[in-house]
Amino acid sequence: MDNSTPLTYSFTVHGDDFSSAGEASVQVKKILRSIGFDADTIRRVSIAMYEAEINMVIHAGGGVADLYVYPDRIVIVLTDKGPGIADIGLAMSEGYSTAPDNIRSLGFGAGMGLPNIKRYSDNLDIDSKLGEGTKLTITVIPQR
Amino acid sequence: MKISEIATLLDAKVLCCEESISHEVHSACGSDMMSDVLAYVKNQAVLLTGLVNPQVIRTAMMMDMRCIVFVRDKNPSDEMIELAKEADIVLLSSPKRMFDACGILYSGGLCPNEV
Ligand SMILES: Nc1ncnc2c1ncn2[C@@H]1O[C@H](COP(=O)(O)OP(=O)(O)O)[C@@H](O)[C@H]1O
Ligand SMILES: [Mg+2]
Repeated sequence: MDNSTPLTYSFTVHGDDFSSAGEASVQVKKILRSIGFDADTIRRVSIAMYEAEINMVIHAGGGVADLYVYPDRIVIVLTDKGPGIADIGLAMSEGYSTAPDNIRSLGFGAGMGLPNIKRYSDNLDIDSKLGEGTKLTITVIPQR
Repeated sequence: MKISEIATLLDAKVLCCEESISHEVHSACGSDMMSDVLAYVKNQAVLLTGLVNPQVIRTAMMMDMRCIVFVRDKNPSDEMIELAKEADIVLLSSPKRMFDACGILYSGGLCPNEV
């Protein structure tokens, strides 16, 4: 495996079903485990991706999640065609949420998702256009 | 403490992965907010919750937890039980309320943090 050709995997995240949200993250966790990454790295990737996947379902009607495994880093790109994020700085602040109450009663929508993704990853890039969609690029660097 | 001791202390039914109840766990957390669990929990092996949906199981999977206790006799769906089996997570259902269940496990020796 060299740096120019990562192992790649692609997942469809269905937007119509909250109860299946997170299936792609479960798959990614299995893949990373079979490759042999350490538990802490796998956990950081899993949590960050899971929060992002939940966001895609509750805020953007689903999308696509791509996993790229390089020898020295794991990159997850989540692309949706949802409403976009008007103020990324505001969205990044702990506790800010536009999620409806029914989502809160399901255990999410506390406004902790994006801050969590930032906390567990080594780099988070958010590219969003109102009315067009959002692309999150999450990078995790395994520690040795 | 073994998971089987948690089940005894909480008068809980074992709903799946009975073969793993002799597993030792040291710490637990109680929450209905999965985002909070994902944000603040570190290495806790047991989750106590009153929330019942598949995201509870997936949250525990992401956190590498070993056991979920559903308080107030809440019962997970078959779909949730299948998910838990996949990840070898023991599901317990206890008649206790959240506050009581946490108190019992705390005084029984479970820590809020992994040692
Ligand atoms: N993929 C997305 N598309 C559109 N808006 C989003 C997306 N992800 C996050 N947001 C916006 O950013 C806010 C904060 O996200 P987050 O921190 O995950 O909190 P929560 O999901 O609990 O609301 C959301 O409430 C929503 O307004
Ligand atoms: Mg969120």
